[in-house]
Amino acid sequence: MKESAPAIEMRGISKSFGSAYANKDIDLTVLPGEIHALLGENGAGKSTLMNMLSGIYRPDSGSIFVNGEAVRFASPKDSIKRGIGMIHQHFKLVDVMTARDNIILGGNSGFFLNNKALNRRISELSDRYGLDVKPDKKVYEMSVGEKQTLEILKVLYRGANILIMDEPTAVLTPQEIEKLFAIIRNMKAQGCAVVIITHKLGEVMEISDRITVLRRGEAIATVETAQVEIPTLIEMMVGRRVDLSIKRESFHGAGPDALSGEQGLLCVDGVTVYDKDKKAALDGVSFTLRTHEILGVAGVAGSGQKELCETIAGLQAAEKGRIFFEGQNILGKSPRDIIRLGIRMGFIPEDRLGMGLVGSMDIVHNMILKEYQNQRGFVLRRGPSAEKAQQIVDRLDILTPSVHTPVSRLSGGNIQKVLLGREIDSDPKVLITAYPVRGLDIGASFRIYDLLNEQKARGVGVIFIGEDLDVLIELCDRILVLSGGRITGALDAARTTKEEIGFLMTGGAA
Amino acid sequence: MEAFLAAAIVAAMPLLFATLGELITEKSGSLNLGVEGMMLMGAVTGFIVAFGTGSPGAALLGAFGAGAGGALIFAIITVTLRGNQVVTGLTLTIFGSGFASFVGDPLIGKSVPKVVQAFFKGAPLPGLSDIPFFGPVFFRQDVFVYLGYILVILVSIYLYKTRPGLHMRAIGENTAAADASGVAVDFHKYAHILFGGGLCGLGGAYLALVYVPMWQADVVTGRGWIAVALVIFASWNPTKAFLGSFLFGALSILGFRLQSMGFHISQYLVDMFPYAATIAIVIVSTHKNRKEDLPPADLSVPYFREER
Amino acid sequence: MILPVRITKRDDVPRRQAAVILVVSIVLALVFSGVVMLLFGLNPIEVYGTIVQGAFGSAMRLEQTMIKAVPLTIASLGILVAFKMKFWNIGGEGQIMMGALAASWVALNHPGLPQPLLLLWMGAASVVAGGVWALIPAAFKAKMGTNETIFTLMMNYIAIKFVMYLQYGPWKDPESKGFPRIPKFSDAAILPDVGGMHAGWVLMLILVAAVFLFMNYTKKGYEIAVVGESLETARYAGMNIPVIIMIAMFISGGLCGLVGMVQASAIEKTLTWGLSSGYGFTAIITTWLARLNAVTTLFVCLAFAVLLQGADYIQLALHVPSSVAQVVQGIILFFVLGSDFFLRYRVKWIGLARARAEAE
Repeated sequence: MKESAPAIEMRGISKSFGSAYANKDIDLTVLPGEIHALLGENGAGKSTLMNMLSGIYRPDSGSIFVNGEAVRFASPKDSIKRGIGMIHQHFKLVDVMTARDNIILGGNSGFFLNNKALNRRISELSDRYGLDVKPDKKVYEMSVGEKQTLEILKVLYRGANILIMDEPTAVLTPQEIEKLFAIIRNMKAQGCAVVIITHKLGEVMEISDRITVLRRGEAIATVETAQVEIPTLIEMMVGRRVDLSIKRESFHGAGPDALSGEQGLLCVDGVTVYDKDKKAALDGVSFTLRTHEILGVAGVAGSGQKELCETIAGLQAAEKGRIFFEGQNILGKSPRDIIRLGIRMGFIPEDRLGMGLVGSMDIVHNMILKEYQNQRGFVLRRGPSAEKAQQIVDRLDILTPSVHTPVSRLSGGNIQKVLLGREIDSDPKVLITAYPVRGLDIGASFRIYDLLNEQKARGVGVIFIGEDLDVLIELCDRILVLSGGRITGALDAARTTKEEIGFLMTGGAA
Repeated sequence: MEAFLAAAIVAAMPLLFATLGELITEKSGSLNLGVEGMMLMGAVTGFIVAFGTGSPGAALLGAFGAGAGGALIFAIITVTLRGNQVVTGLTLTIFGSGFASFVGDPLIGKSVPKVVQAFFKGAPLPGLSDIPFFGPVFFRQDVFVYLGYILVILVSIYLYKTRPGLHMRAIGENTAAADASGVAVDFHKYAHILFGGGLCGLGGAYLALVYVPMWQADVVTGRGWIAVALVIFASWNPTKAFLGSFLFGALSILGFRLQSMGFHISQYLVDMFPYAATIAIVIVSTHKNRKEDLPPADLSVPYFREER
Repeated sequence: MILPVRITKRDDVPRRQAAVILVVSIVLALVFSGVVMLLFGLNPIEVYGTIVQGAFGSAMRLEQTMIKAVPLTIASLGILVAFKMKFWNIGGEGQIMMGALAASWVALNHPGLPQPLLLLWMGAASVVAGGVWALIPAAFKAKMGTNETIFTLMMNYIAIKFVMYLQYGPWKDPESKGFPRIPKFSDAAILPDVGGMHAGWVLMLILVAAVFLFMNYTKKGYEIAVVGESLETARYAGMNIPVIIMIAMFISGGLCGLVGMVQASAIEKTLTWGLSSGYGFTAIITTWLARLNAVTTLFVCLAFAVLLQGADYIQLALHVPSSVAQVVQGIILFFVLGSDFFLRYRVKWIGLARARAEAE
């Protein structure tokens, strides 16, 4: 190993999936003791590039050098051997196993497992880096933050000195992010090279030494963080100048008075929902949604967002409480009842292809999903749905070979447009959207924000479950904060801060 | 009572081997519904080898190899070619029963050679067999049964106390996580599918060599499927698999007992017991709350590393 | 393991290419089966030739082939409805048995009724019996999520044991001199001949059309398809999932039950425990091969009937056990299941040298 060699050098890396290029002739150099940010929109090819470094994907062409030596990774094992550790956006942990089992997974020291000795080693290591991990705790009992700490420890346990983190902050509160950054700086101080994948500009500026920007699979530039400004970065990411501010038109007077003055469109009153294990997933949740409003819901993942949406949509049975839709209690009504009663409610679930749409069916058959219930008789009529499908494709500029293409074959943004198009088409009064821009690029996200604002202008009450606090603050009129199934805050979006929301997300206790 | 329980142990053995085989297969993430087929392949091969060579060891090896061979077909289609596990398993069952009746056709009605029969005669374990009650029930059995006991212990240790056991469980629970951690997924899947199939083959061989020491094409009669149900019943735990097999062994000879005690009840109705009980087990097992009792989370999910 | 290939996911396969892959895999399966036959000292060309002769060689053999195609097709249609919903109904055998049992009960108790009335009644009874037999596991699946695979399979054994019990016990013909046999049906209970063979073939064609229309052009068919694709989506769309599961399984079991009536009436002319001859299992293979399409099912079942009839014939002509057909069926489906891989992934040859270099 040469002293001056970069920790990672990737040269001319290309990778395609089917007919689409994910990476095209990318060069990347990461130095030891450097925090290198990989910046780009969703779909720019950041994760693909790093997955090639961790042995998950194999490049179609190009070469990789680790500490100056040429390497070819046939599997993650080879990558681990070279001291590379990757923390994936969706944690790769085995839920029913203990922290210890997860940490030692994939190693090869000895046939029999000596748990005591392993626990000791793990404790030593976690003390050295100031990480708090209990070796015997099961992963399914851990919070998101704990899981991430475990992932980090797992990587360190293998002696990794090159750390790749894919969107590590996406699911953390601002306070947890600060802690994570402290850990990363500590690792840098110990000589590790860290690559952090993100699309959040503020974080990039705060933590990184250098930045490589990817756009549509190509490396646009590598710059020193200290010598670059945010607008320049945005232009590199998106390829043109964009204004990253979201319009917010207020239809209500500001302040708390606005709440009591009008009759709510949707009143949720004391709703409690139990999960499978009889624990409260929602605990006495009450709020009111008004017309002409986007109501944001913030919270750490798994704080009851899914249950909230599904309870309102009639998919989840509640233990207690009432939900009034224009004065009519709809709690306990099934989605079928809700459709039959003519209640106009649209729902964009988090899992678009797993719940909102049938991936293997075409756009026409996905349009039928919501309206066949109102068809009379035995025979399925496709005609009206085919017309509607075509209209929606035209109106929302959905990129698809035809309305007869299976939706799973479309890109994420177009899939979301099909779903949103169908729900908006039913002329809803209430529109529930769970993470509607997750995985979409900036252009598609802004199209979605515009569509939601259009609906708001038409008088629709929109519930917006979000994860990006900046977006919540800019887009929404009010923000509810969920923590452990309870509402810990109802904030006026114009007057709150990320820190305040983050504080409430963890239950309001520091 | 002792005699009845001792006979139940004997009746439990084919189920035990098959259940442990399927348990190992499922723990590593594959749902192989071809147990019945692999048992039949093991049964006919074990019988033919015993018939041809007169060597019990060779017969067992042959049976294990045949079961593993059937499992190899399953592994190639589902692991390498990522085919549908349910349909592949069903096809393996159809193929296996066709194979057994095709290959075994000339041997119908023939008996297992005396040497082999003698080898599988009861052999009381010195010391242990004198323990009151437990001795006669558990320790005056044939070598096959002792092999079964040892297997339960070894499989338990393997699953929970060794590194390969940890790795294969991780694959069954979260293949992508195991892969990203550097576990060789395909290798482990193949190894455990094959070993599991081999055990199923041994279960079949027990039926053909010891339980009914004469060749008949329908020797397995649904025991493979009962084994699949027993894996669920046992919550993927080898010790509970032993208890379940014992229970079903008892159930399957209960009718015979009742008749010999003077109850007049049709053989055919009695024959329904184990099948009805299996259904009962499947229903009862539907409700499990402890996370550790649930099926491996990635059971029967095909895995392709470059999936996006 | 070092393979000189690189595998990538592919988007879509043109229909023609998919058909080519299917045909190639079936041909390969037949070649492979031939190799297996060679290993067992059989001449595969002779075996295949004899199978074709046995299936088409004479008018009588052709009729026998059709006689096998009818129950196989109808049972496959039943399995199709369940599989479309990803409900693994492998209880076809039992549902056939129960259908036959109900039809026989009607036939034996009302031998004097006019033929059309009696046949209709037998048919209805068999559909209800097969449907109800399938409804039991369906209800548990719908209400509790009980695993249907093992459940439906165990129901097979129970049905068969029950018919055995009847055949060897209460229903045994007292005039059979101790031979365990159920009395023959009256003439009114026998399906009449239409165009040279029993009328089952007409029923088969009608049902193929009916199931095709049902699955593709009705609201229920659509619901079944959605439930099969994603339970969550079905819930989201406000579908009544338990009811859909139960309706689909009643249809599935009912169709299998009807097979029992046809076999009891037209073939056995009474109830026997062996009457289903494995059609319920073979239907699993044919349905899957037909990619859950009713019209394709008809053709696949005709092809399989050739194989089954041919196998019966080679047992007589060549003294080869007819179970060879089962082996060949299994091999065909293995190859087709394996060939699906090439529909979903693209395999690129990169050469051993490069593969080795990459594996270092």
